[in-house]
Amino acid sequence: MFTYVLYALAGAGLLISFMKDKKKTKMALKKAWKSFENILPQLLTVMIIIGFALAVLSPETISKVIGSESGVLGILAAALIGSITLIPGFVAFPLAAALLENGAGYMQITAFVSTLMMVGIITIPMETKVLGKKLTMMRNCAAFIFSIIAAFAMGVLI
Amino acid sequence: MNVKQLIKRYRVFLILFAVNTVISFAMPEIGLTAFSNTAKNIKEMISVIPPIFILLGLLDVWVDRQTMMKYTGKGSGLKGILISFLLGSAAAGPLYAAFPVATVMLKKGSSLFNVLVFLGAWSTTKIPLLTFEAASLGMRFMLTRLALSVIGILMIAMITDKAISQEEREEIYHMQG
Repeated sequence: MFTYVLYALAGAGLLISFMKDKKKTKMALKKAWKSFENILPQLLTVMIIIGFALAVLSPETISKVIGSESGVLGILAAALIGSITLIPGFVAFPLAAALLENGAGYMQITAFVSTLMMVGIITIPMETKVLGKKLTMMRNCAAFIFSIIAAFAMGVLI
Repeated sequence: MNVKQLIKRYRVFLILFAVNTVISFAMPEIGLTAFSNTAKNIKEMISVIPPIFILLGLLDVWVDRQTMMKYTGKGSGLKGILISFLLGSAAAGPLYAAFPVATVMLKKGSSLFNVLVFLGAWSTTKIPLLTFEAASLGMRFMLTRLALSVIGILMIAMITDKAISQEEREEIYHMQG
C-alpha cells in the first residue's frame, strides 16, 4: 500500500520535473540508475546469502534457541540472529508474532526485531562505502548494544 | 563497461550463484529453497526500489547544496534533526536502500549527525512498518518500542558523531565523490 504512495510521489515528481526542465529530468533518471547500479553487485550478493540463511535456518530452529526460558543467552542469541539476517519487515513481524505464540519471550523478540532493523552485518560492505569503516563499525556496535538495552527495558515495561 | 569488467564487478554474486547451483544438485531441498528465497527477495526489491531511486535522482538534481545545508547542515539545530527524522520515517524499503540517499545528503552538505539520525529513523521508525508492527505484535509493543527507538536513535547518532575526529569527518565527506 505504502509502496503505491511512493510510486505516485515518484511519478508526480517526474512529471513536474519534466514539465519544468527536460534536461534536468533526464539527468535525474541517469543519476537514479547510477546510484542503483552502484549498489547492485553487493545487493545481489546479499540477496543470495539471505536466501541461503533462510533455507538453512527454519523458524522452528530459531524458536528453540530464543524461547522465553532462554534468558540472557537467548537475548544475545536473538540479537545475533537479528544482526546477521536481513528479513524484510513485513515478513519479520508476522514471524515474530508466530515465535511469540510458540513460546519465544518478549525480551528475546525485542532483541531480534531491533537488531534486525538497525544492525546489518551482511550489508557492512555497502555501509562502509558511505560512512567509512570506523563510523560503520561504531554505528552497528552502538545499535547492537542499544537493542540489548531495549530488550531488557521491554521486559520491564511490558 | 565491457564483459570482463562486468564479470569482475559481479564476481562474488556469480560465485555464490554457482555454489547455490551445485548445492541444488547435491541437496535439492536446501539449494532450491535458497534459490526460491533469493528470487522472492529480488522480486520484493524490484517492486520497492524504483520510486526510491527516482526520488533520489530528483532530490540530487533539484535540491541544491545551499538548501540542503540550510535545512540539515551544521547549525540547522532542532529543525534539521526533525527533518532528517521525518525524511527517514517517511521512507519505505530496507536499510541498504538508505545508503545511496545518505551519500547524496552528505554530498549536499548535511551534517553527519543528521545523516545518522536519518539512517536510524529509516531503520526503525518507518511509518508503514510501524502500522504493521502494531497489527502483528500489538499497539502496546509497538509504542513502547517506538519510544525506546527514538531515544536510541538520538543517542547512537550523538555517540558516534562525537567519536569521529575532524580528520575522519572530512575523509567521509571526501569519500562521497
